[in-house]
Amino acid sequence: MESAKVEELYELMVRSRFFEELTKLLWEDGLISGELHIGIGEEATIAAVIANLTVGDAIACDHRGSPPFVMRGIDPVSILLEIMGYPGEESLCLGMGGHMHLFSKENLMESSGIVGASGPAATGFALAAKYKKTDNIAVSLSGEGSFNQGHMLESMNLAAVLNVPVLFVCKDNGWSITTRSCDLTGGNLVQRAKGFGIDGISLNGLDVEEVYHALKSIIPKMRKDKKPFFLHCIVTHREGHFTTDPLLHPMKTLKKYGGSMTKSFLTPKGAPIGKRIKSVGNILSSLVEFRKQTKTKNDPLNILRIKHKQKTQEFDKIDQKIDGEIGITLKKALLIYGKEVSK
Amino acid sequence: MRRMSFDQAIEDAIIQAMLEDDRVFIMGEDVHTNRTNIMSRFSDRVIPTPISESAFLGTGVAAAMAGLRPIVELWMIDFVCVAYDALVNHAAKIYDFSGKKWSVPLVIRASCGAGIGDGGQHGQMLYGSIASIPGLKIVVPSNPSDAGRLILSAIQDNNTVIFLEHKLLSDHLLHYLGGSGRDTLEFNIPPDGIEGEVPDKWEPLELGKLNILKEGNDITLASLGVSVHRCMEAAREIEKEGISVEVLDLRSVVPLDIDGIFKSVEKTGKLLVVDEDYKQFGLSGEIAALLLEKGLKFEYGRVATEGTIPFSRILEDETLPNVERIRTQCKILLKK
Repeated sequence: MESAKVEELYELMVRSRFFEELTKLLWEDGLISGELHIGIGEEATIAAVIANLTVGDAIACDHRGSPPFVMRGIDPVSILLEIMGYPGEESLCLGMGGHMHLFSKENLMESSGIVGASGPAATGFALAAKYKKTDNIAVSLSGEGSFNQGHMLESMNLAAVLNVPVLFVCKDNGWSITTRSCDLTGGNLVQRAKGFGIDGISLNGLDVEEVYHALKSIIPKMRKDKKPFFLHCIVTHREGHFTTDPLLHPMKTLKKYGGSMTKSFLTPKGAPIGKRIKSVGNILSSLVEFRKQTKTKNDPLNILRIKHKQKTQEFDKIDQKIDGEIGITLKKALLIYGKEVSK
Repeated sequence: MRRMSFDQAIEDAIIQAMLEDDRVFIMGEDVHTNRTNIMSRFSDRVIPTPISESAFLGTGVAAAMAGLRPIVELWMIDFVCVAYDALVNHAAKIYDFSGKKWSVPLVIRASCGAGIGDGGQHGQMLYGSIASIPGLKIVVPSNPSDAGRLILSAIQDNNTVIFLEHKLLSDHLLHYLGGSGRDTLEFNIPPDGIEGEVPDKWEPLELGKLNILKEGNDITLASLGVSVHRCMEAAREIEKEGISVEVLDLRSVVPLDIDGIFKSVEKTGKLLVVDEDYKQFGLSGEIAALLLEKGLKFEYGRVATEGTIPFSRILEDETLPNVERIRTQCKILLKK
């Protein structure tokens, strides 16, 4: 891969990473309310997709909208203010949507907090693109859990029979909220797509170059053939399903729930002991299994840095540049937000 | 009497029901994480499902038809929209379609309500639109004692009951969905709703019987769920001005205790409905219509949710029924 492209992809990823690390801090400080779903660990897949899109391509996002919105170049101050719930026109959506419901009409980007909703949305965008006789495609971003949802599977079939160019991106971290997806998913997802007549591949979604290269030939073909494609990418969620994920902090979770669970486990009447041991074992093993996601060897930024050790200086420079930009973003956002709070 | 949190009361009553009746089981999203206590004791009577609401709710409907007593859990009632067909065209219809020979004894348990800044897809009540479908019952408890008794009533009922628990009353949900572990965040949590005395042994509560929380003569406030507590707070403030307020906790949307409301409004002559669900085409309008049909003459007002619930905490507070809005509407009604 040419050197400039590696740096461009790295910069896209860092831009999203630093932005989301900032939102995590603001959430911890109570400046962001409710849940917060962070896309750290998805950056390589998203960057590879975004780098292959052109103006007029649509993106239907799930509840992890920050990475694609930031990488697509939408004003980060407006995204940050939206996520902070600032009720003013400086926010991307006037403070009405929040992090799960980011919208940008001019960029044809939408989001939803309903699992699987990006499937029909992307199919609709793709239908419009074909109807208007453009070469544009539409991307559906969602996790593997969403491919057990009816409207997602129905839209795969619909995209196939309508012959519309939807790129179904399946970001597979192995967890459907707090349940292991392997326990919830029958068969193999790429095979499932093929069952609909949709071509698909499975890639290491932590390796931005691998996904970028694959899409470089897949997307132009979609533009020409007007056909959907299924892209299965292995990703991680270091920050869990959401920032309050009980699996993120096993010791804290055990402290909060362990006592009553043990008591309940030991209470007579109920299932036989063998079954109970199996159930508790399942609950506890979730806590252990989950930790695999947090390992640095599974960090897409690290993976690219290790592959291109000779570019360490360039990467460091990018880090510095984005770090400065994020600082300015925060400063601008807080200045606007502070005015409202002081009111 | 024992003291329990809202969560504990529901769990305790469900455990009692599971011990009494082998047909009762739990199925839904992340139930092994959310119901660790029950799972560690009842094992395979707690069944985690994929995020496939239409499939597992529809499965629950037929499992109930086959003689089981499923408690199907959704993270939030907002997500029932994904499974609306199973609810509206099946759970609600089968009893009538079968010539009243085949019922669907299903419980749908879901969180409801806003106030934690989680946006308009994760904070709706939706009981108004669900209640518009004949054949479905909906309960919305406001305190631990009612919650435990009502979940038992729901489980024992021979037809489908939707059991809604407000996120602000559940420590567990508030922790997961609101991130309540953060000291920097404040939630308007009603203390009388999250903890209280509960019976030593759970007995079902008859559905459709309101609870007079406070007797009064000048105005009736009718509400349910968290809004009941907002009404009580407003009532305490208004009473300082020498006005006597009656507060009704409706407990269920369907069946609706319209006779109980009638009795109160007949006495006070003024009714303010406080409803966290949408103002349009919902509970507040239905109550007014039912009372008018009964020929009652009364002054009427309502505080309800208007428009999409905003994510912004500032805008959200303004949108939901709050004490200030209730007081203002009371004053307008009292002047009439």
